[in-house]
Amino acid sequence: MRDVAIIGIGMTRFGELWEMSLRDIAVEAALKCLDDAGTEHIDSVTIGCMSSGLFNQQEHLASLVTDYLGRRNTPAVRVESACASGGMAVRSAFMEVASGISDYAIAIGVEKMTDVDGNLATKALATAADGDYEAFHGINFPGLYALLANAHMEKYGTTREQLAEVAVKNHRNGALNPHSQFPREITTDTVLKSAMIADPLRLFDCSPITDGAAAVLITTVEEARKIGKHPLVVISGIGTATDTIALYQRKDILKMDAVQMAGKRALQMAGKTIHDVDFAEVHDCFTIAEIMVLEALGIVEPGQGGPATQNGHTALNGKFPVNPSGGLKSKGHPVGATGVAQICEAALQLRGQADKRQINNARTALTQNMGGSGGSCVIHILEAK
Amino acid sequence: MEVAKHWRETPERYRLEAGKCSKCNTIVFPQRIICPECGNRKFTTQSLSGKGKLVSFTIIRIAPGGFEDLAPYAVGIVELEEGVNILTQITDCNPEDLKTGDPLVAKFRRINEDGKTGMIYYAYKFVPDAGL
Repeated sequence: MRDVAIIGIGMTRFGELWEMSLRDIAVEAALKCLDDAGTEHIDSVTIGCMSSGLFNQQEHLASLVTDYLGRRNTPAVRVESACASGGMAVRSAFMEVASGISDYAIAIGVEKMTDVDGNLATKALATAADGDYEAFHGINFPGLYALLANAHMEKYGTTREQLAEVAVKNHRNGALNPHSQFPREITTDTVLKSAMIADPLRLFDCSPITDGAAAVLITTVEEARKIGKHPLVVISGIGTATDTIALYQRKDILKMDAVQMAGKRALQMAGKTIHDVDFAEVHDCFTIAEIMVLEALGIVEPGQGGPATQNGHTALNGKFPVNPSGGLKSKGHPVGATGVAQICEAALQLRGQADKRQINNARTALTQNMGGSGGSCVIHILEAK
Repeated sequence: MEVAKHWRETPERYRLEAGKCSKCNTIVFPQRIICPECGNRKFTTQSLSGKGKLVSFTIIRIAPGGFEDLAPYAVGIVELEEGVNILTQITDCNPEDLKTGDPLVAKFRRINEDGKTGMIYYAYKFVPDAGL
C-alpha cells in the first residue's frame, strides 16, 4: 500500500445557498480544492452524498458532477452511508491512491438540503434510520438522540446544562470560521430557552439543515513532496465499522460500538493511541452525540463527556480541543459534505493555516463521521509531517 | 406507500411475532434470515407476550410528517419479557408521567394513514400495564 497525503482542500460557505444548485456547489468546492492544491491533475472522482434523490430529485451524481467539473470521461463513483457519506468518500479516494489505481483522487462531499421544505428534509434524513421499525412509528433523529440523552442522563447523571455547553462551545469556535452557517456565539440560556423538539433535546441541541460542499485532493506522499505547496499532511490511519441500523436492537444503547471500533482500527493503523492525538473533529449532529463520541473514543472515561465539556477540557484552548471548526452545530451539517469538511478543517489546522481558531502545535488529528444513530462510522487520523 | 410494503410486515405489526434461533435461542424482532449471534439460518416463530418495561423514552414535540396531529406523544424502547427490545409509541397516558422501568403492555392501534383516501396502517403501541 502506498503512503497517502492530502494536497488540496476546498469548501463552499455552509448555509442556505438559494442561488446555487447541487451541481454548482459540488463544482465550487472541487475548484477551490484544486486551486488550493496547485494542480489540475485528477485521475478519479468520488462523490459522497446521502440523498440527492430525495433532496433534489437527482441521482447519478458521478456523471453529473464529473461532467460539470469539466472532467467528462474521468472514472467516478458515488458512495453513500447516510451522514457518514463524506468520510466514506474520502476513504474511497484514499484507497484509490493507496492501491495504485489512481495517482490523484478527489473526494467531493455534497448535500443541497434546502430544495425541499423542512418537513421533507426531515423525512429524507429519517431514511438513515430503520424505515419499517423506527421511522414507521413516528420517531425521527431528534427523537432517537433524545432516547440516548435520557439514558445517558439517567445512568451517568449528565445534566441538561452540560448538553447545552456542547452547543455553546461549538458556536464559540464556529464564530471564528468564515464558512459557518451560524457564526455567532450563544449562551447556555439560548439553548435552555429554545423550543423543545424531543425531550430533553431543544432546538439548539440540534445541528441545522444546510447546503454545502467540501472537497479534498489526495495523492501519494511522494507526489505531494514534489508539489510541496503546503506543509505536508498525511492520512496515516483509517478505520470504519458498522452497528445495527436500529438503535433499539443494541444490547447497550449507550455503547457506540461502531465509533469505538472504527477509532481503534484507525489508531492501530496509524500506530498511535488516543493520547497521541492533539485534537478532533467529531460528529455533533446533536449535543449528546458529541458527549457520547468523546467517551466511545476514549478521549474521556464513560460518563465524563458532560463534565469534560463543562470544565473546558474540549474547548479551543483546552487540553483536547474538539470541533475547532464549530462542528456540525455551528458550521452546519450538509450531511454528505460533513465528513469531507471535517478533514478540510483537520488539514487546515495541521498546516497551521486556521487563522483565529488555530490550535497551537497541532501535529495529529482525528476526524469522526457517523451515519444515523451510530449504525456506521468512519474515522481518519491525519498527521503533519 | 404500496399496500405490499405494509402487508408483508403483518406477522410483526399485527401479531407481534418474532423469530427464535433454533440453535442459540436468540430472539430477533423483526424476523431475520440469519441469526446475528451465531449465524444460524433456521428460526422458529415466537409469539411475543407484549409485556415489558420501559428502557428509555422521549416526548416528540415537533413530529415528523403524518404525525403532526398526534404531538406531543411518547416514543420509547421497551424490553419485553422474552428479552428482546422493541421501539414503539406509548399511549393512553400523560407522557409527562412516564418513567424508566414502567411496566407496559402492547395494544393494537392505528399508527398512520396514507392521506385521506389511502391505506390505514395498524400496528402495536404500548400502554401502561395496570396488571389487570
